Amino acid sequence: MSLGLFIFLLMVVVTIVAAVAVVTSRNLVNAAMWLMVALFGAAIAFVLLQATYIAVIQVLVYIGAIAVLIVYTIMLTRDPDEKHVPGVNKQWPIAAVLSLVLFLGLAYFYYTLPQTNVLAPTLDGDLNAISQLGALLVSPNAYVLPFELASILLLAALIGSIVVAWRK
Amino acid sequence: MIPLSWYLIFAAALFSIGLYGVLARKNIIAILMSIELMLTAININFIAFWRYSLPGQMAGQVFAVIVFAVSASEVAVGLALVISLFRRVKLIAADEINLLKW
Repeated sequence: MSLGLFIFLLMVVVTIVAAVAVVTSRNLVNAAMWLMVALFGAAIAFVLLQATYIAVIQVLVYIGAIAVLIVYTIMLTRDPDEKHVPGVNKQWPIAAVLSLVLFLGLAYFYYTLPQTNVLAPTLDGDLNAISQLGALLVSPNAYVLPFELASILLLAALIGSIVVAWRK
Repeated sequence: MIPLSWYLIFAAALFSIGLYGVLARKNIIAILMSIELMLTAININFIAFWRYSLPGQMAGQVFAVIVFAVSASEVAVGLALVISLFRRVKLIAADEINLLKW
């Protein structure tokens, strides 16, 4: 078994266990910590796929910003009797069956489809992915419009969340 | 070497776990965390398709960057709504907030 395969399988096991812990743990702070583990596993997947910039952004944005924001919100909105209420609602068996059916269907689809059972092509030795990505994001012939729209969306979300959470 | 379908099946498992969390959890913050899991699974799909089909073109990575921006905005606005809701009604269980339910 090669090292890459071993790291992949380890990453899959850790990420899936952490994701299951996120949706099942009663204590929200524990769930947020498990969410950090699951997102870090996804960052390892990005490294294995040789998307290093995306892996760095995953650690910075998801684990560094979003997870910390979630932990702060959990601490600000602590329900005093959350220990006594069940963490899941009444429809949880239907939700579990639906999720399992979705996963089994997708897994069967991916497993049997010939287009998805391919190996990765070798990367060009002189492919500088990060500078190419940066050039494409601001090039008028490529993705400058979605890039600027994303910045407007972020600004709107920033102002909107301040307005919504403002203490009257 | 790892075939593409393994990454896709891994992302499908992550997405299904997130879907279960969205449908079954009571707490709004837990639902938001499950949505983050689903968006991460989508990003893994984008990057896997980029790496296995056209690694010379950056479209998959650009998509992933846009998904990052959208999910950051989504979680910021969502958590602001949770804080505002908690100030008003002291409840963050999704099935008990039924003021607008007919």
